[in-house]
Amino acid sequence: MPDQVTISVDGVRVAIAPNTTVAAAVLIAGRSCRTSVTGEPRTPLCGMGICFECRLTINGVPHCRSCQVLCEDGMEVRTNG
Amino acid sequence: MASMARHFEVLVVGGGPAGIAAAITAAECGVKVGLVDDNVCVGGQIWRGEAKKSTLPEARAWLQKLCASSVTIFSQACVFHQPAPCTLLAETPDSLLALQYSKLVLATGARERFLPFPGWTLPNVMGAGGLQAMVKSGLPISGKRVVIAGTGPLLLAVAAYLHRAGVKIPIIAEQASRGRLAAFTSALLGQPAKLTQAMRLKLSMAAVPVRTSSWPVAAHGREKIESVTLSVDGTLKAFPCDYLACGFHLVPNTELADLLGCDIRQGVVSVDESQQTSVESVFCAGEPTGIGGLELAVLEGQIAGFAAAGRPEQARTLFRKRDKLKGFVRSLNRTFQLRSELRGLSAPETIVCRCEDVRMGQLQPYTSWRIAKLQTRCGMGPCQGRICGPATEFLFKWHPDSVRPPIFPTRCEALSATAGLETRATGGQQ
Repeated sequence: MPDQVTISVDGVRVAIAPNTTVAAAVLIAGRSCRTSVTGEPRTPLCGMGICFECRLTINGVPHCRSCQVLCEDGMEVRTNG
Repeated sequence: MASMARHFEVLVVGGGPAGIAAAITAAECGVKVGLVDDNVCVGGQIWRGEAKKSTLPEARAWLQKLCASSVTIFSQACVFHQPAPCTLLAETPDSLLALQYSKLVLATGARERFLPFPGWTLPNVMGAGGLQAMVKSGLPISGKRVVIAGTGPLLLAVAAYLHRAGVKIPIIAEQASRGRLAAFTSALLGQPAKLTQAMRLKLSMAAVPVRTSSWPVAAHGREKIESVTLSVDGTLKAFPCDYLACGFHLVPNTELADLLGCDIRQGVVSVDESQQTSVESVFCAGEPTGIGGLELAVLEGQIAGFAAAGRPEQARTLFRKRDKLKGFVRSLNRTFQLRSELRGLSAPETIVCRCEDVRMGQLQPYTSWRIAKLQTRCGMGPCQGRICGPATEFLFKWHPDSVRPPIFPTRCEALSATAGLETRATGGQQ
């Protein structure tokens, strides 16, 4: 297993330890996951796929629960920020 | 979207301790078993990460047993519908699964209860279990300041975990009173294993103050939380922090049981002595039958596994052990009951429904969950009321009144495939 995987978060490359979820990677990159319907930035609440606060776009697929997905090399993540 | 249909004599939903125990037990009886789980790896919340790097001997033993067993595991598979009797549909990142069963074991676990207070939607305000899950999923936490607040035994367990990970914990604020906790501790005297566990947790972080009758009043910060004001035994105090880990005990996940028509009373799935629900082919084990912790969940899982595999006599040998632990459910409920002061935390502008940003003041005119939903969109976002439902149940005594498929947001591709399955099940009549 490689020491690190590289993903892009809103176009910025971030090196992440393997077995890190996309939700954790987005926080490491200093971003929030989504913007609420009245414009608030949001980060994960439950960490277990229930609250949907961590949802964002992964490799073009919108509304992915980022706490339930592991980072893979070359992954493109777009927050809804 | 690729789709696949499989049949199992026993299908288990949920890969936490109860589900793992049920699946292995049934498989050892010689029947064909499937285990479907929403997470990246099995283990549920309490054994999260144990599949990759095990630290708990019990978790390691069960997970090794699972790997060596004949159980077919479907990870990252989210069950969202039962379009025809004994057929569940689950969506994975790239496929649709149609899972048919003769017997079903629901081991869907629990989630944290969250209560709204000013600032609780700020970035880096998370559940207590939520923050622990994030750290187990790679969030660096060493050297950070984390205030832990809310109620329930999870707070202490999370604090001990974070303490070991190098976190500075200025305070653990438990809303229950000292008297209630003392009664709880003496109730544990009948269960030395649990008492030892609690003492060990506290001793492992002797320098961390635990304050009773204490709760969060407001979180403050511009882009993310910078401090939290707590009511500490009647006095307001501000604590600078990087994270607030805050949860108010646990709520059983009963949506799937509800969809299948299982009888649910006071928020928990009704089961008989064999863990059988009111629906004959459906069993239920672990937290959905009442929040009782790991030991009880494993026992209930084993009983459900035996019963579902058609071995009632073997299930029976575990009844007494289970019934002895069942008292723990009652003492947990009693001890960590929410105090009425927590109903007054929200200001009119405080968001209650985070999906739709519905505020406290918008909800106050309404008298039921359904009317509030129709008028304000409270509970109509992607979490489907899983977060604001338990909150409004406490705040207004409202009860969510129906569960409809899909019970999780699902892609259109999967839904259109579902329509085909429904047509076949009804013989083409629409």
